[in-house]
Amino acid sequence: MSSADDDRSAARRGPSRSDTPGLSRAFAHGHPALVVYLMAGYPDRGRSLEALREVAAAGADLIEVGVPYSDALADGPVIVRAANESMRANDGFGLTEAIELAAQFVADPGLDEPPPVALMTYLNPILRLGPEVIAERMRAGGVGGVIIPDMPPDVAEEWLCVARPRHLDTVFLVAPTSTPERLSKAGEMSSGFVYAVSTTGVTGERSELSDEIEALVGRVRAFTTLPVAVGFGVSTPKQAEAIAGIADGVIVGSAIVKRQHDLEEMAIFVRALADAVHSTG
Amino acid sequence: MSEQARESSYRGADSRGFFGPYGGAYVPETVVPALQELEAAFAKSQTDPAFAEEYETLLRDYVGRPSPLYRADRLAEAVRLGAVYLKREDLNHTGAHKINNTIGQCLLARRMGKKRVIAETGAGQHGVATATAAALLGQECAVFMGVEDIRRQALNVYKMRLLGAEVIPVDEGTGTLADAVTAAMRHWVERVRDTFYVLGSALGPHPYPTIVREFQRVIGDEAIVQLAERGVRPDAIVACVGGGSNAIGTFYPFLLASSAEDLPLLVGAEAAGKGLDTSETGASIALGDPGVMHGFFSYLLQDERGNPLEAYSISAGLDYPGIGPEHAYLHDEGLVRYVPVTDDEALVAFEQLCRTEGIIPAIESAHALALLPQLAEELGPDAIVLLTVSGRGDKDVDVVREAGIGE
Ligand SMILES: Cc1ncc(COP(=O)(O)O)c(C=O)c1O
Repeated sequence: MSSADDDRSAARRGPSRSDTPGLSRAFAHGHPALVVYLMAGYPDRGRSLEALREVAAAGADLIEVGVPYSDALADGPVIVRAANESMRANDGFGLTEAIELAAQFVADPGLDEPPPVALMTYLNPILRLGPEVIAERMRAGGVGGVIIPDMPPDVAEEWLCVARPRHLDTVFLVAPTSTPERLSKAGEMSSGFVYAVSTTGVTGERSELSDEIEALVGRVRAFTTLPVAVGFGVSTPKQAEAIAGIADGVIVGSAIVKRQHDLEEMAIFVRALADAVHSTG
Repeated sequence: MSEQARESSYRGADSRGFFGPYGGAYVPETVVPALQELEAAFAKSQTDPAFAEEYETLLRDYVGRPSPLYRADRLAEAVRLGAVYLKREDLNHTGAHKINNTIGQCLLARRMGKKRVIAETGAGQHGVATATAAALLGQECAVFMGVEDIRRQALNVYKMRLLGAEVIPVDEGTGTLADAVTAAMRHWVERVRDTFYVLGSALGPHPYPTIVREFQRVIGDEAIVQLAERGVRPDAIVACVGGGSNAIGTFYPFLLASSAEDLPLLVGAEAAGKGLDTSETGASIALGDPGVMHGFFSYLLQDERGNPLEAYSISAGLDYPGIGPEHAYLHDEGLVRYVPVTDDEALVAFEQLCRTEGIIPAIESAHALALLPQLAEELGPDAIVLLTVSGRGDKDVDVVREAGIGE
């Protein structure tokens, strides 16, 4: 108890923006949001911290920090490879390290109005270290929320019980296969935003985006007033622009992680995405 | 069975697929609706006499059920037990218990209008059994298999291709069963609309552990009848546990039929690999901690960051870092005892069954056989043991020869 109290007063002393670290302010800029996914610790810890600052400066409205995991059920080859490389290069890199990395970025983001940070992690690292411990560390570190791709709303109770009191947003996913009942559940239980998966399948670039996206976004909106962001497969500024025309946010992962080893190239790409997304709507 | 069921307090999963705290469905949202459809289709099939008749007819005329219950006297003498009854799943068409499940699931796939099935395989037995059922029912079939297992089980790879299945090599992790499950699940997320995932063991997200158990319980159901016909009551029942399908299929009817007091000692043999004190092991009950992998919560070999560890066993079918959720529950409840068995112990038992009975068992099944001497010591020389020989060992002769047995 006392350590939690210490953490809480530490947070009060910290920069004022981390007192309201929720994810929704990413969607309050009057234009669609660019959500950037980065792999924590890739190609190594130092350069991934640099990458966070670079994408913030390049116009990301929200950053998803991907936690390396060895059994990434929802991820395609680019993210799987980067995760393996992160674990190898750092001699082990997981949820604890990713929270520390995010906290370091939040404490020193390199610009005045930094984007909020969400962690994207599989469930087992949370269970391994203890949901309460993890939620507390996220809160103390100024992390705004989490996306847990293998935790559908049906099995989320334990996590929500520790996340809600700490004002950590929990983003649930919806998919083209989701029934109205599923959409309603995800809409009701999400906070921050709802993550609409553009297509059946795992993460990874797609040369053509599915024509189901617009219908899916429309179906989700019937069940929630939260912002809806679309991800999986978005690979080019042109595709991002098209998505920005129908959703509140565009999530780009593999196409950025693919460039994450080269900060300069990555920043140019993110700036192009930001221009495309922000000029829409 | 139903009158006897009243005496037992054993319950399976709750409506959300939890056995105590274990099980559930921890999967990407994309496949949740498919799991719900599967659950509904399975429930409907279980009350449809036409489904039961087709399934049972195929088990009888195509698989060759009931599988014999054979009293292995020379083996019993060698291990100093009163009697050992072998439930001969090795005599099934395709040589293992896996076919009981794949016929059931492929029939379900057909009812659900899915013309394409996929599967993961370790030893190749489940892959062959899926390819077989798919050929029988005219379904397109793709099987995910780790590259290391493709090397260890070349014969089964060829059989799958003969049967018209596509074998998709998985070159990730150690190239074994767990990697094949991950690859199959990723693929299923992509093709969920037209593809049925035929899961090979009593694991994965709900409703799979229950579906697989229901299609494998024929092992225990038959054994109960066959033992009763001979007026025999076993003191112990033994099966090997990879994910746990032949074991739960054997144990479950006994759990339903008996109150806790007169339940025989139920023993599951899990793979210790090179030993519990090494990192090359597959003993998830002995060494694992509860966690989520492949869509369910159960005992799991994992590192301190929560990454699933790579398992090891000489037997490709037991080479898995987790265990089916119902077994985790049975372990916690003290209803089944799980005992680790090393490669070396399994090899000794493998050779012993060959020499005493003229039966070449699967190396997986040899893990169960390896427990007989310990049981004799514990239960005495008059004890009667029922043991499920989950499969035959043709697929294993290269691996066993490499280990120097029989030469
Ligand atoms: C002959 C045989 N026995 C046992 C197993 C282990 O699976 P389970 O624990 O699901 O019965 C396998 C798996 O491939 C097998 O081929």
